[in-house]
Amino acid sequence: MSRPAAERRAVGERRWLWPSLALPGVLWLVLLFLTPLYAVLAVAMGTPDPIFGGALPAWNPLAWDPGELGTILDELFTGQLGFVFLRTLVYVAVATFLSLLIGYPVAYYVARHAGRFRVLLLMLIIAPFWINYLMRMLAWVNLLSTDGYVNQVLLFVGLLDEPREWLVGKHETVILGLVYGYVPFLILPLFAALDRIDQRVIEAARDLGASPARAFFAVTLPLSSQGILAGCVIVMLPMFGDYYTATLLSGSPRTNMVGKLIEQDILSGAGSGRGAALTVVLMVFVGILMTYYLYSVARASREARS
Amino acid sequence: MTVERGEARRYSPPAARIKSWWSNPWGKPRFLVLFTGAYILWSLVPVAIAVQFGFNAGRSRSAWQGFSLRWYLWDPNLSVLHDPSLRAALVQSFQLAALTMLIATPLGVALAIGLARWYGRGARPANFLMLFPLVTPEIVMGVALFLVFVHLFGFVRLGTMAQVLGHVTFTISYVVIVVRGRLFSVGREYEEAAMDLGASRLQALRTVLLPMLAPAIWSSLMVAFAISIDDFVISAFLMGDQSSTTIPVKLYSAARLAPSPAINALASILLFASMLAIAIAIAILVMRRSRKKDGVEGSAVEDFARLDL
Repeated sequence: MSRPAAERRAVGERRWLWPSLALPGVLWLVLLFLTPLYAVLAVAMGTPDPIFGGALPAWNPLAWDPGELGTILDELFTGQLGFVFLRTLVYVAVATFLSLLIGYPVAYYVARHAGRFRVLLLMLIIAPFWINYLMRMLAWVNLLSTDGYVNQVLLFVGLLDEPREWLVGKHETVILGLVYGYVPFLILPLFAALDRIDQRVIEAARDLGASPARAFFAVTLPLSSQGILAGCVIVMLPMFGDYYTATLLSGSPRTNMVGKLIEQDILSGAGSGRGAALTVVLMVFVGILMTYYLYSVARASREARS
Repeated sequence: MTVERGEARRYSPPAARIKSWWSNPWGKPRFLVLFTGAYILWSLVPVAIAVQFGFNAGRSRSAWQGFSLRWYLWDPNLSVLHDPSLRAALVQSFQLAALTMLIATPLGVALAIGLARWYGRGARPANFLMLFPLVTPEIVMGVALFLVFVHLFGFVRLGTMAQVLGHVTFTISYVVIVVRGRLFSVGREYEEAAMDLGASRLQALRTVLLPMLAPAIWSSLMVAFAISIDDFVISAFLMGDQSSTTIPVKLYSAARLAPSPAINALASILLFASMLAIAIAIAILVMRRSRKKDGVEGSAVEDFARLDL
């Protein structure tokens, strides 16, 4: 990029303008994003308060006491905690897979075949995005209640003989909730990836004799793999921290996810050291996903800028 | 687009058509049409039913007993208007969203411009810092903010103030993303032209760039509002006591324990508010675009779809 005279002249003048525009935002994020993250670490590595029973954070890394974290890791491999992590992992894996199975055909259709309905369909697909998540869960609480529509329909059709208690400790209900809640977040990156594929590449495959199915599996699917990956990461990150879906749709310890334990520990007050340590473990758990996504987004934004 | 699926336009007898569809349901996408339609119904009908029961005349949330605004206005004790806890949640949500919108937008717009134009040493880490909140699970941010307010920034009391600070923190990045899309498409040429004509950098920013960014700034205001009013986790962790309960927090605590159509009514108000905000944001983008060039009225919606990274 050639820099014209104004740019050269401006080198001496107001170079500080751009960084100083960024400064307030950066400062805000350092104070209220990075510092809090450090606080989690400090509390996790702190000691229990001998007087009040709360947590005493250790701000100095030299004073870190890994006791709480050790307890957590111990329970993770030998105790009940391991089950909760495993359950979270299974829920997230199954829900992500189902979301992909549902989301891919929808994204594919809207991106490549919708024609003049494209904008309308896109708006309908974006809509759940802006409907409150808890509202969408509330909708299912209504539908799945004992005298709700789901039971009414199933009884009417004859699939059930008596109403079923869907909302108490049922794994399938929680997974339904997760899929319902997060599919839209998966469809959008899939849509973006499928939309970018050049139609001519697929036509070339067809001209060279590939059947439509072969063209799909050999060309379209690989070309959309970035979108699949990005979409899966986008839905998995919040799912790992999700605790409200299971609480609303099941409310039983049998379906607790890791987030529920963190919520209980932190908001009960007494166990905030333990809650912080659990949060650290969760962060490490999802760290790979976060790093991958952070880098891919940063790369995309650098490409857009240049 | 017109070349696509040429083979489907050719005439073929029905039997052959069915056979060819059966052997290749991906060809002409009838299967996909059905699937997409079914998906959209599945994703929206449950919510529509929930909204409907907010207007139920009776107490049930599964048997329709006629239309009424009882749960919004008329019921003397239990309606959103008259139940103090529901009304307080409504006020709190709107207040938080308005404050968040007003604080996060200027911060985010400045950050977006700074990050897009600044090529110095700190630019890359700053960019990472901006993206980091987007990938952090909300519960981690909730716990982190809770702990920092309790243990370090003791002067910030849990409640409205903590909630505003928390909401702004995760909203800034979304504002940056909205504005940045526009910044990239504007490019540097206009500012450089202004500077060649003798404007200083600051003048170019004020008289050239900011007016060009105006639609994106208005949209980001709306997006900030919608994101803040929708938030549950951060509000829940930072609420301190019942007086700073927001609508989503109320939904969480009442959906199972105190089910009444008033909860549906409350949730519907939230739905209308965020839908309105987003409709305005999209309309602003569509209007700007249709003034520039006609014929592609759809692309603003598409930009919006791509925006959620």
